[in-house]
Amino acid sequence: MSTRLSKGGRLIDRTAPAEFTFNGKHMRGFQGDTLASALLANDQMLVGRSFKYHRPRGIVASGPEEPNALVNLGTGARLEPNQRATTTELFDGLEAASQNHWPSLEFDVGVVNNYAARFLPAGFYYKTFIHPRPFWKHVFEPIIRRSAGLGKAPTTGDADRYEQAYAFCDVLVVGAGVAGLLAAQSAADAGSRVILLEQAPSLGGRSPVDETSVQGQPVDDWLAAVEADLAARDTVTIRTRTCAFGVYDHGYVLADERVADHTPGDGRPKHRLWRIRAGRIITATGAIERPLSFAGNDIPGVMLAGAVRDYVVNHAVSPGDRTVIVTNNDSAYLTALALKAAGLDVPAILDAREAATGALPEAARAAGIRVLTGKAIASVHGTKRVTGVAICAQAGEGAVQEEIACEAVAMSGGWSPVVHLFSHCGGKLLWDDGISAFIPDPARPPLHHDGTAMVEVVGAAAGLLDLGAILQGVVSTGISARAQTKGRRKQAAIEAVKTSVSIPPVWVMPQGAPIALRSKMWLDYQNDVKVSDVQLAAREGYQSVEHTKRYTTLGMATDQGKLSNINGLGVLAEALGEEIPQVGTTTFRPPYTPVTIGTLAGEARGEIFQPLRRTPMHASHETSGAYFEPVGLWRRPYCFPRAGETHDQAVHREVLNTRQNLGLLDASTLGKIIVKGPDAGRFLDMLYTGVMSTLPIGKCRYGLMCNEQGFLSDDGVVARLAEDTWLCHTTSGGADRIHGWMEDWLQCEWWDWQVYTANVTEQYAQIAVVGPNARKLLQVLGGMDVSKETLPFMQWADGTLGGFPARVYRISFSGELSYEIAIPASHGAAFWAACIEAGKALGAMPYGTEALHVMRAEKGFIMIGDETDGTVIPQDLGLDWAISKKKADYLGKRGQERSFLANPDRWKLVGFETLDGSVIPDGAYVVAQGTNANGQRNVQGRVTSTYYSPTLKRGIAMGLLNHGPTRMDEVVEFNTVLGGTVRARVRDTVFYDKDGEKQNV
Amino acid sequence: MSDPVSALQGATFDGFATIREIGPLGMITLRAKELKSLDKAIKAAVGTKTPAQRRIEVKGDRACGWMSPDEYLLILPYGEVATALAAIGKALGTAHHLAVDVSDARAVFRIEGAAAADVLRKLCPVDIDRLEPDELRRSRAAQVAVAFWAQDGGFTLVSFRSVAGYAMGLLTHSAQPGTALS
Repeated sequence: MSTRLSKGGRLIDRTAPAEFTFNGKHMRGFQGDTLASALLANDQMLVGRSFKYHRPRGIVASGPEEPNALVNLGTGARLEPNQRATTTELFDGLEAASQNHWPSLEFDVGVVNNYAARFLPAGFYYKTFIHPRPFWKHVFEPIIRRSAGLGKAPTTGDADRYEQAYAFCDVLVVGAGVAGLLAAQSAADAGSRVILLEQAPSLGGRSPVDETSVQGQPVDDWLAAVEADLAARDTVTIRTRTCAFGVYDHGYVLADERVADHTPGDGRPKHRLWRIRAGRIITATGAIERPLSFAGNDIPGVMLAGAVRDYVVNHAVSPGDRTVIVTNNDSAYLTALALKAAGLDVPAILDAREAATGALPEAARAAGIRVLTGKAIASVHGTKRVTGVAICAQAGEGAVQEEIACEAVAMSGGWSPVVHLFSHCGGKLLWDDGISAFIPDPARPPLHHDGTAMVEVVGAAAGLLDLGAILQGVVSTGISARAQTKGRRKQAAIEAVKTSVSIPPVWVMPQGAPIALRSKMWLDYQNDVKVSDVQLAAREGYQSVEHTKRYTTLGMATDQGKLSNINGLGVLAEALGEEIPQVGTTTFRPPYTPVTIGTLAGEARGEIFQPLRRTPMHASHETSGAYFEPVGLWRRPYCFPRAGETHDQAVHREVLNTRQNLGLLDASTLGKIIVKGPDAGRFLDMLYTGVMSTLPIGKCRYGLMCNEQGFLSDDGVVARLAEDTWLCHTTSGGADRIHGWMEDWLQCEWWDWQVYTANVTEQYAQIAVVGPNARKLLQVLGGMDVSKETLPFMQWADGTLGGFPARVYRISFSGELSYEIAIPASHGAAFWAACIEAGKALGAMPYGTEALHVMRAEKGFIMIGDETDGTVIPQDLGLDWAISKKKADYLGKRGQERSFLANPDRWKLVGFETLDGSVIPDGAYVVAQGTNANGQRNVQGRVTSTYYSPTLKRGIAMGLLNHGPTRMDEVVEFNTVLGGTVRARVRDTVFYDKDGEKQNV
Repeated sequence: MSDPVSALQGATFDGFATIREIGPLGMITLRAKELKSLDKAIKAAVGTKTPAQRRIEVKGDRACGWMSPDEYLLILPYGEVATALAAIGKALGTAHHLAVDVSDARAVFRIEGAAAADVLRKLCPVDIDRLEPDELRRSRAAQVAVAFWAQDGGFTLVSFRSVAGYAMGLLTHSAQPGTALS
């Protein structure tokens, strides 16, 4: 059994116990433990079930490469699935639960898959569920999705906060092992502004566990000195618990800081996303140990040798009394020595190599450990935990020579440099035969805009697996001196540094293992991919590593193949009879480790999920109980329902009241752009389809804007303010877009025209005073003459109203007597209140956007976004009157002359009234005879606006109809959502006050 | 006439930095380029020099910021905008320019405290360590456009009025106690 040792543990604080639960079971650990070390200390070797076969799985690793120990962490609003026990810091009160099993971890029904393993080979799903076709979507996929999956998705909102932050530096160093620390130090020496990121809570990387001294100093002293030196420099920022997970073009790096994972609920953000712009990037990300592929290598108790010594040295955790070591390289001997030093038994070291002669093997022998060379594990005994191993010759086929009882197996199949960050932006890799691993090719790094290297690699990440080479490498790559080091010089420097470590390839153990053993050798623990699966894929013709990956799912789990990729490649290459460099590797993509969605969202949730634009009167509308709708990023009152009223009833009341008495509309969102200059008239004549240059000062004119293709883009009323100044009103959603459109033409095309624009949309609160009593209200407020004679329809005037500075436009979007009044926004709320108060005696009521829509539809006024959808030209809408025939050009003119747009067969705008008075459903089509090639009903038009008109007490609609204007009084049929059709008569678009008498009083 | 009210009516938040909505301030957008009388116009309106590229000239409660090669932001007391506009009009005469009152279109915030810069570091993709003392930085805070500059030991930040609530929400979120970056 695994347990806590009575002494040691450099990271744990035995005076600070931490209680936690695992599957409801109470356990104890110490501050400084990871969840994984604490579980092992409590003899919890079984931590989860595998994805496909539901095999019992234990902790394999001690870092972010861990494939098995994924847990549901926390509960309720703090539940997080798929958290790695090996990187989760223990805290008092932590709650963890295992995943992927039913009904319990100890007894899992899904394990029957394990016995049916021969029926679930690689590509099983592809082969089995392809026929009959419809079954996949409706039968197979739902069932598979339910049985698959790792952790539970949280069902409530996340209780935690997240934030992001931007940082800038000359040199970003990723990884604070010996190489990273030295690189940061020398970069700082050279005067650079440095950021050093370390994913672990403490600095040093593997050195405190694997080394005794660095540069002649005891390792702990050396680390303390370097850390103190860096901390004292104000040009260096060190951030621990921060994992750089993605490198992007132009030195952009994303990093995930686990600010409060270990202190939940303390008010700090749980994670912080760092968005770093670095001059250059040095990765010192180390190497990840590889498993060995022997039968039963997934049984709980089989761990990576480096992880075993991490747990012994860092956390004083024993994996068991007796640990058998199996390796193809010297580093695992460190584990044997560490176990021995902790007073534990190492019955044997099985070394797959024919000879083991280095200093470490000699030290092991000197410590009295039995070293067996040329040996391999034939199989591991045990199901939920290791009970022993059977030994065979590595060169053979697995004939058992000896059995050894043990509680744990520590394996090392060599080390794979962490090349991910180097590769994200296109850095190329080399295969290094000496250590049987891919290493970054310093001659082909990812490049900056100027062709210099964006990412450099030092330390074990560069394939330098011994301390001497690491130290020499950091110095000789010239980190400190480099300003413009050329690739070639650097490559020469790196070639001069050779690691003394040699790791022969051992992809299958024993090398001649029969199928019975190969189908128990796990490559990818999380996705349950075995050696036999990859070999089957090769036999079935999968030659590309990318195809094999997808077919077998090798390396596609949440660990992204950190342990399995190289072993899988080795097996595939052997099966194909090719060399690994020819087979190649799969693509490394960000993120390096999974990043919780909250981190990426940052602050953007709840109230500040997105900017919400409010008018100056917004608070007043809220008080009035307005029901809001989004219009772009604005929130506008849709209607102002009174107690007991439905929204429909409120809209009907608002329409009728406006038509009969007085309505008030908050029109502040309307776009307002000032255009000024000697060439402003000419400019507007190009932008609008009509002529604006001839508009007299003091008058208003309705205008249409098209894009270059000729499609209608925006509309609004233009007022001429002065000889060289116009004010252009745009739609509410269009203000920023049209302002940008104007500047685009002025800055990029007509840069020699003397025109300035200013978007003053938000400078003004704008209120529409609408209805028969509109003039009376303005007269009650008093201050300026708004009579028919002084201020006739389509004119504007400056003055004061009720003491407020006002610009009054006599324009109407409702067909009623109407004034739109612009007031400085800082007075908007007060003016609105004054209008409501003064309007009481005149029957004033505020109305919302829906009443506005109904009234404009009753008048046959078009609405951008309803009558237009990016495929409609003004001519389709019968707006030929607003298009100048005299002008030589305007934006969209040539587009509209193209054959399809000039075609008389286009759908054109008409009005519709249903024969039964009902309302045509939104989006309905006018059906035609027959069906098209897809078996769909032919159509000849569609509705664009459809409302119940409270004024006319019936449904009214506008829509586009083929040859519409020539088909008056014809009866056509609209389809409905529920099937069937609605009959409607074609008519003109103006349903109410066709002669416009009401607005012109 | 009522007193002018700012978008959030002086909302404040105390975290590791203090956030205050201030204003309303008088603001004028002045668009002009390569005019001989431009210096005179700016001097007459707010009493400062014409700022260099990306700089702001501050003088008491008045300032002039460089916004683009042909745009300046003039800042002055709210009640003095009309006078300043008249002064600009007089100085520039018929030369091609545009000067408009945008006082009501903006919201203005002060961010104060020893770690005030950290609030901006969380929201704006700006290398604040390299911000010049008299630099006016046009950038974004999360999803909206802002401009800010260092002043009186803190920062002054300007956003559009309609998103004042969003901007205050961002600043509040970023200034939560105990969350300074260093």
